[in-house]
Amino acid sequence: MTTDGSDPLARALGELLAAPPTSLVDRVFSRWIRVPGPIGELYVASTDRGIDCVLPAECAPGGSAEFLAHYRDLRGRPLLPAERPPAGLLPALRKGSARSLRFDLDGLSQFDREVLAVVLRIPSGQTRPYSWVAREVGRPSAVRAVGSALVRNPVPVLVPCHRVTRAGGVLGEYVFGTPMKESLLRAENLDLEEVRSLARARVHFLGSDTTGIVCFPTCHHARRITAPHRRGFRSVEQAADAGYRPCRHCRPGPVDQPA
Amino acid sequence: MEEETDEALLAGLAEDLDAGFHRLVRDHEPLVHSVVLRASGRPEEAEDLAAETFLRAYRALRGYDRARILALRLKPWLLTIALNTWRNAARDASRRPHHVPVATLPERLHEGPGVEELVESGESQRELGALLADLPQAQRTAVVLRHVAGLSMTEVAAVLGCPEGTAKSHVSRGLRRLRLLCADGPPPTALPEPTGRRDRR
Repeated sequence: MTTDGSDPLARALGELLAAPPTSLVDRVFSRWIRVPGPIGELYVASTDRGIDCVLPAECAPGGSAEFLAHYRDLRGRPLLPAERPPAGLLPALRKGSARSLRFDLDGLSQFDREVLAVVLRIPSGQTRPYSWVAREVGRPSAVRAVGSALVRNPVPVLVPCHRVTRAGGVLGEYVFGTPMKESLLRAENLDLEEVRSLARARVHFLGSDTTGIVCFPTCHHARRITAPHRRGFRSVEQAADAGYRPCRHCRPGPVDQPA
Repeated sequence: MEEETDEALLAGLAEDLDAGFHRLVRDHEPLVHSVVLRASGRPEEAEDLAAETFLRAYRALRGYDRARILALRLKPWLLTIALNTWRNAARDASRRPHHVPVATLPERLHEGPGVEELVESGESQRELGALLADLPQAQRTAVVLRHVAGLSMTEVAAVLGCPEGTAKSHVSRGLRRLRLLCADGPPPTALPEPTGRRDRR
């Protein structure tokens, strides 16, 4: 290797050439796979730190080559096919909750990451307004910034930005278009017709006169209220004036800590 | 032999970047890892630096056309990126106080030898590695490129961005100093003592 191989010091130095303790291939290469999703299949890529890219197959008419090109442009990392899906991915897709998955959101700003962390908590089949996300990240006036952060969501479907809607029953924008947003929500058994008819009647919150608790209409607890006990409200303030407190699960308004 | 391998690697990169890059990482990870390990003297950072080096190399390759890829001098090119990566990391580290968030502290997940033991397979290598870390930076880098990575003197000069004469003098001064250090401390066992009768000590 060296010209003066007869020199023992040079030879000993040459022997310092050693492979890293574990191969760097998994540190450098991302893995990709195609898995069944809630509506059609999904392309999913992950680094050694977690899932970092999701694309519905129907948004990549060019097939895997289009997804791989999209990924390389987005992340600037090489890819190899994965032998199996990332741990927990298939159960998470079945349940509609990815809260236990690991994500690699390295390229995102702190604000974007906080927005995605809040959105990750929205349960399957429920929706929240953009203003709710803004309030939950502690920036109640940053409603538009929340919208922009969601457009940049590199892991849609898993981080369910389709569950964030405009107030008044309008679904609003979606990275892959409003029709797909609607299909995803219907696949989660959300009754969009009911949400819309409530919105037309200007009912944005539902309360139960037996518990005195007010919820977003899609909240699991709101859907259990029987018709005779159901009260509709235009705002949380209106509900509060009527003696209702916000639900601690869907948090439609500032929630007092339980005493 | 080596040149042919590099040519084949470059042809593979020009053909299919990701598949070619997989072979490049497998073939050259010992080279890149050893150089950042010896240049930085920090085993705990060497893996991060080597992985970062390969990612930077990949991002650069994405912007190169076929002719530019085929014309690359693979080892000097990779090691130039490696040394830049290390210098940037060292500069960033000096700008802000060093702290390791608890959450990112490495966990010992695997049974068996730890990182250090795996990196340093023998006592002699450990000692020689430690002596190398005592050299002034310019000499250390030149010696590592010349004798650990096995670059030609022309390539060492290209990677260091200095005239060949300067590179030569860094290497020879580095070696001279290493010999002195060897004579001072306990000599690495792999190195025969000047008398060649080390078992009589």
